[in-house]
Formats: sequence, structure tokens, C-alpha cells
Amino acid sequence: MLNDRIVITGIGLTAPNGNTLTEFRRNLINGVAQIQMLDVRYMGPVAAGICDFDARKHQTRKEIRKGTRAGSIAIYCAREAVTNCGIAWDKIDKSRVGIYLGITEHGNVETENEVFNISKYDYDTRFWSHHHNPRTVANNPAGEVSMNMHITGPHYTIGAACAAGNAGLIQGLQMLRLGDVDFALGGGVSESIHTFGIFAGFKSQGALAQHEDPKRASRPFDVARNGIVVSEGGCIYTLERLKDAQNRGASVIAEIVGYALNSDAKDAVLPDPGQQSKCMLASIERADLSPSDIDIVSTHATATPQGDIHECQALRKVFKNCPNTYINNTKSFIGHSMGAAGALELAGNIPAFKDGIVHPSINIDRLDEQCQLPNLVINEPKKLPKVNTILNNSFGMLGINSSLVIKRFTED
Amino acid sequence: MTKEECRQLVLRIIADIAPDEDLSDVKKEVPLREQLELDSMDFLDIVMEIRKKYGIEVPEDEYSQLESLESIAEYLTPKFNSVKA
Repeated sequence: MLNDRIVITGIGLTAPNGNTLTEFRRNLINGVAQIQMLDVRYMGPVAAGICDFDARKHQTRKEIRKGTRAGSIAIYCAREAVTNCGIAWDKIDKSRVGIYLGITEHGNVETENEVFNISKYDYDTRFWSHHHNPRTVANNPAGEVSMNMHITGPHYTIGAACAAGNAGLIQGLQMLRLGDVDFALGGGVSESIHTFGIFAGFKSQGALAQHEDPKRASRPFDVARNGIVVSEGGCIYTLERLKDAQNRGASVIAEIVGYALNSDAKDAVLPDPGQQSKCMLASIERADLSPSDIDIVSTHATATPQGDIHECQALRKVFKNCPNTYINNTKSFIGHSMGAAGALELAGNIPAFKDGIVHPSINIDRLDEQCQLPNLVINEPKKLPKVNTILNNSFGMLGINSSLVIKRFTED
Repeated sequence: MTKEECRQLVLRIIADIAPDEDLSDVKKEVPLREQLELDSMDFLDIVMEIRKKYGIEVPEDEYSQLESLESIAEYLTPKFNSVKA
């Protein structure tokens, strides 16, 4: 059981530039970014990635009113993924379904709103909402999915900063291998654009992107990059043991063949290329592959001046003799969707198994010399003869690193 | 304020709290929970809205007064009138 092959059978997502994988992929291939100016409390207009999915598709108005934005994003993605995977949802045992969602943070939005609310009542806490605690418990987004979809198996979130999307997938995979569940919803979500604290924190850190054209504000690897564009979003996968997926005649999208998580144990915000390269190598080794077997590397790069350089150092170390490995970045289109980033950025690359296209990293007018990488796909998509493997990086504060390797599905 | 005005005021609060409910035929003598999908958090929402909008406190040991539109009107109308006075 511990060696069971784990496959992806469905994907549900919402990104600033797409509410389905088809739409998201089309925009990544065509170079269509979607970043807008958002009026942020106490700060004014700031570049941000905003999703426009229809929450009412899967929630009552009352559910939306009582719940959180992260909960709505999670419900939308989970239900879309389940539809996409084609399982007879009404017939399966919901006590054998697990929900594992990565989050960078959760609760800041709701707490800030309550503080703002009681500020209008002279800080009288009698006006603090009784909804605050169920909205801010760390399991909230996963718990809202559980209630909405009547899933009685385990549900929780995985707090892993901006590595959380990958971590949600890894947790789902592990729980399937342990036999704890038979069907897993794994991925990541973020509502972070609704908290001024995230924006103000990055600004104080000198890491908040600024550009007169918001669609050009997120520019990893460009010499003029000046920080992060914060976005909301979500991406949830349905994961199954291969034998279960085959028994029900599921269409398999891809197989997760390798993963790794490690820590820098050094600095709260400055990444360590040494540990990042070890993480990538560990995920490749677990997949029983070599770096030269990787066709696409989806980078984490967030467009901070230092962070991009460090990831490029790690990439050069791992992929130094890999002429057929191509490298791209998704944040240049949608900004940094925080807890959703790892899961979303992987999803945007998965259709490459079918069409052989590596979507580009856009907004690179002048490549930073320190971000020179062999085969970095810049501004225009690259068609390859065949794509068999994708490595997806996602790194986060406090030095958490994650890499995931997925493979085109083959029977053997 | 009359009891009828009080009932209408509470119905408007419920319309915000339970926006999916059809409130066109809520029977005033029948407990709200038997007619509408309302849980304990929703009743706390009603208490909060009355506190915010009208400065009226409903103590916890008097929550049972909020059972039906009629009992609410019976309980709250004098409170509204004393606030106004």
C-alpha cells in the first residue's frame, strides 16, 4: 500500500485569469496576464490578482455570508474538481474522502474586518461577531468544503507558507498511501488579497511590486522587478490510488511520482539555494529519475530581487547538464496566489502532456543577468516534441521548500 | 412602534441573515425554526443586529423570547418604545 501509485484524476481551479483549466491554460499560452488595481484598506490602490468565479454556483447566499472567501474558493475548486474527475459522487462513501488544503495564512482577513467593525463602536467588543472564530480557525477552508459537500472523512489545512499548495497535494498522496482515505481532495487556496496586512507587510519589507500598468507589475527574472503582486486563488486536485481510478474507469490526468519537503533552518525570509537544490534533487530521486529526465520546471520565483536570484542559483546547480529541460514561471501572469500558488502553477503546466507546449514566463523586457538560465522560456511559448515530466517548485517563508514531480500517465 | 411594525422590522433583519429564505408567508405564531432554516448562529445574528441598529440588548437568558414573530414582537416592542421615549 505504501508503494501505491497515486494519480490525478480531476482539477478544479480559480485564478485571476481563468476559472477553468481550459481558460487558464489558454491565457498562459497566449500571454494574457490579469492583474488589477485593488483598493486596499488604509493603503489605497495596490496591484492584486482578483478572481471572478461564481460562488453562487455551489453555495447558497447564506453560506457565502457566513463563511469566508477562502471557504468559497475552496468549495468552488473542490466541486469543480469532483465534476471534472467524473466520479459518481452521490454513490461513494464520504467517510473515506479526505480534504487536505494548503494555506499560507488564514484568519487575518476576518480578524482585520472585526477590528475595523468594532472601531466604529468605540472598540466595544460586544460588537465583535460570533462568526469570528469559526471563520478564523485554521481548518476553515477545508471545513467549509466538508460541510458543503457532506464529506465526513478527515479535513484540515496545511500551513506551509507559500509552499502550501504542493504540501496539500503531498498530504493527500500520503494519506492515500497510508490507506486512511480512498479519495483525496488536495491542493491550496488563498484569500490573502482581502487583508491589508499582507500588502503592508510586503511593503515594509521592500517586497511589494509597483508598476504603472498592473498587468506588468509581476515580472520575475526581469532586471526591473521590484517585488510581489499578491493574488487570491485556489486549485484542488482529486487524487486516487491508480488501481481505484482504473477500477472505476477514470480518465487519468497525470501521476505524482516524486515529492520532497525540506527546510533552510536559517532565515525567515531569505531563501537558501543550497536547500532548494537539495529539495529538487530529493523529489527527482524519489521519482527514480535524473535531472535530465525533467522536461519542464515550473519555478516559484516571486519577482523579489533576491529571491529570484537564489532560485536561479539552485536551478543552475540541479539542471547544469540538462539541454532538454525548459523552465518557466506562472506568477508573471497572475501574481503570487500564496497558498494556492504551488497547486495552480502546476495545473497550468499539466496540459503540456497533451499539447507539448511550455508556456512562457512573461513581462521579461530585459533579463537580469543573474537570472540567466539555460532554456528559460521567455515571453513566447515553446513547443517540444513531447513532454513527459514536470517539476513544480514552491518555496515559502521560514525557509520551507517543496518540489513535486509529476509524469505523463502510462500503464507500466 | 406597534407590534406589527416590530414584526416587519425583525423580518427585514431575517431577510439579510437568511437571504435564501422565502419570507412571504411566515406565520407569526409558529416558531421560526419550524418554518425557516435558522440555526443558533442565525439567532445570534438577530441579537447582534438589534444591538447594532437600535442599541437594544437581549440578555442570554431571554433568548427564548425570540422563538416566533409573535413572541419577538411581544418582547421587543416595549423595548423599542422605551428606547424611543
